[in-house]
Amino acid sequence: MRDRTLWTWHIGAGLVILVLLGLHMTIMHLNATLGLVGVGSDEPIAWENVAARAGSIFFTVTYVLLLGAALFHGFYGFRNILMELSPGRTLRTIINVGLSLVGVALFVFGTWAALAAPGAASMGG
Amino acid sequence: MASRAHPNRLGIKGWVAGGRWGFARYMYTLHRLTGLGLLAYFVMHIFVTSTRAIGPESWEQAMEIVSGPLFAFGEYLVFAAFVFHALNGIRLGAIELGFAVGVPIEPVYPYETSVGRTQRLAKAVLMIAFVVAVWGGLDFFIWK
Repeated sequence: MRDRTLWTWHIGAGLVILVLLGLHMTIMHLNATLGLVGVGSDEPIAWENVAARAGSIFFTVTYVLLLGAALFHGFYGFRNILMELSPGRTLRTIINVGLSLVGVALFVFGTWAALAAPGAASMGG
Repeated sequence: MASRAHPNRLGIKGWVAGGRWGFARYMYTLHRLTGLGLLAYFVMHIFVTSTRAIGPESWEQAMEIVSGPLFAFGEYLVFAAFVFHALNGIRLGAIELGFAVGVPIEPVYPYETSVGRTQRLAKAVLMIAFVVAVWGGLDFFIWK
């Protein structure tokens, strides 16, 4: 894929991260403030709250979206930093293929965790 | 196919020496360092939070490991890195799309550019927003 297309995706992914990570951090860290308007939970990382979010379609979809956007943005940014150091042709191929494989593997693993979590939540109560 | 890019003679040394680029170069360096830090944290975060897929015991165990003042401070640093990276990313995105570069001005001595004026303002707004957010973050990460 051409670098211009990938760069556009990089910027688009940054915007997705800005919105979804902002939402994620609000839920996880501004819980006291959210409590003032009657939403959120006292202990966002307590198992019952983690299980409740794992069972929600909204949270599962946004987790997977955030995972994909953050992995692409992060690894493409990392690749650009490495490319600026003018590696040779073979090293460029290794960087491109290596980072793509690691990114895809992490996406598959993270998506598995997001999809398997509701099952674990229903078993664990 | 031969690369059309200019050779990067300075390499990583170019990150630390601002040269004639001054403050913007240090923001560029910090943008990269925060980006790399956030990526490292994110990969770790994927593994830690994936324990929820195994069950409550694994989750509690993982949360036990990442609790304590050292991790709270580490989380605060991650938050600060995110704030800087996001604000500077918005500034860079705005420049790339042609915003925040000002309108062209007459080329009169000493030849100041509209980009210089507008970007000084953009950088000042960014730094103020960063300080406010990082100061506010103390309340949620450190003094909670």
